[in-house]
Amino acid sequence: MNPTVARLTVRGLLGRRRGILLLVVPAVLLVISLLARGSGQDKHDLAASILGQLSLGTLVPILGLVVGTGVIATEIDDGSIVYLLSKPLPRWQIITTKLAVAIATTWAFAALPTLLAGLIVYGPGDGLAVGYAVGALVSGAVYSALFLLLGVATRHAVVAGLAYALVWESLVGNYVDGARTLSVQQWGLSVARSVASDGMINSDVALGTAVPLLIGVAVAATVAASVKLAGLTLVSEE
Amino acid sequence: MAVITIDKVSRWFGNVVAVNDISMRIGPGVTGLLGPNGAGKSTLIHMMSGFLGPSAGEVTLDGAPIWRNQQVYRQIGLVPERESMYDYLTGWEFVLANAELHGLTDPGAAARRALALVEMEYAQDRKAGTYSKGMKQRVKMASALVHDPDVLLLDEPFNGMDPRQRLQLMELLRRFGADGRTVLFSSHILEEVEQLARHIEVVVAGRHAASGDFRKIRRLMTDRPHRYLVRSSDDRKLAAALIADGSTAGIELDGQEKALRIQAVNFQGFTTLLPKVAQQAGIRLYTVSPADESLESVFSYLVST
Repeated sequence: MNPTVARLTVRGLLGRRRGILLLVVPAVLLVISLLARGSGQDKHDLAASILGQLSLGTLVPILGLVVGTGVIATEIDDGSIVYLLSKPLPRWQIITTKLAVAIATTWAFAALPTLLAGLIVYGPGDGLAVGYAVGALVSGAVYSALFLLLGVATRHAVVAGLAYALVWESLVGNYVDGARTLSVQQWGLSVARSVASDGMINSDVALGTAVPLLIGVAVAATVAASVKLAGLTLVSEE
Repeated sequence: MAVITIDKVSRWFGNVVAVNDISMRIGPGVTGLLGPNGAGKSTLIHMMSGFLGPSAGEVTLDGAPIWRNQQVYRQIGLVPERESMYDYLTGWEFVLANAELHGLTDPGAAARRALALVEMEYAQDRKAGTYSKGMKQRVKMASALVHDPDVLLLDEPFNGMDPRQRLQLMELLRRFGADGRTVLFSSHILEEVEQLARHIEVVVAGRHAASGDFRKIRRLMTDRPHRYLVRSSDDRKLAAALIADGSTAGIELDGQEKALRIQAVNFQGFTTLLPKVAQQAGIRLYTVSPADESLESVFSYLVST
């Protein structure tokens, strides 16, 4: 962790219009939860669709995308990353610091609202709200690492990330069973299931598969991003 | 003593060769890297500052490779061409952050010293986003100088500066050079380089065209054959009178343009000769225009010799 890199990253991430954009995600979730609570439908079904599908399935990946790419892709795009890179700082330190900022932001703007939404829709019982929140914590962290790597590796990070989040996680995951094993959302749900009471949350992936995959992907993405940053080529303007 | 050595370096992007087998040695003092736009200056500076790996050859600082070696930044200060910095920071915050990133023991003092050096204290509490181009350039300078580097690399530092700021920056760079630091700046403007650097390296179309003392290269540039397009009241008579003189190498009567195409041997001689000859022969000159005075043609002449 480098405090200066962290400070610059936080200010860049939250200081501009993106800060307001980030607030939209939890706001949407909480408003929908409040509306749903008044609808009188089955609490458990509501929790599964709002927390499982909307939050873990869509809002967490989108927030992870905005934050994960936002902590570095913007700087690479406008060239200001030069000021971080022209220093005798180990590249992995820059990456892990930015990752820590991304994860903390994802937690604050996605995992915490998921917990609140769970309490609103279902109440504190059966470990359901906490379960989904923990699921959002772990999947949010992995999304941050993945999208941070995308931000370093490609100039089209947001498009590539959206393609992954929407096409793979939402579409393919819904129709092709095998694809769910390779879905961050399902890994998150698997962890959520283990936290909540039995039978409260469904997931297609066993915990013994999900945890190594979560850790493996996060670590691999972080290492890859560090290596990639060390060899970052700035395109000359000529 | 910090020396950057570029040893048989080439860099290509796909099929395009941006830098073609260049070797040069940049030592203490101010060196100008001169060349037309697109010649490969930025590519070279990017390689010297560790943001681009050479496709072939090696770029080193005092023997240590620069590419993928973060330790060189203890010695290198970099002023990039792109304007973008952290616009949401004030000048002070920006320079201070740079000092902290260098791991200096007293970043505050270093930042104060650097901002004083570029005379930007008066605006240090304003957000960088509100700065003019020249002010940004100076704050970028301060961020590059904050760790007191031996080497200073500047990519087109005078772009967008007004004449006063230009003079100020030149004075600053001259001082650094005199201190024994290695200062390299790129420019596509001959006059800028002439004012600041005694030693120059000329790059044209990715190749190393010339290297050495500025005055020698300048002479090469002015002693080349010059071409002029001349229209007068009697082209044929003027041509006859001119060809007799040694400073004219060839004359062509261009029937289509209704003009003379004259190749002069030396610049000084011809420009004094032409009006004299015309006057003596009672010929009026309508047009006298140099046909190849663009910088590119000056450069390409250098390459072909």
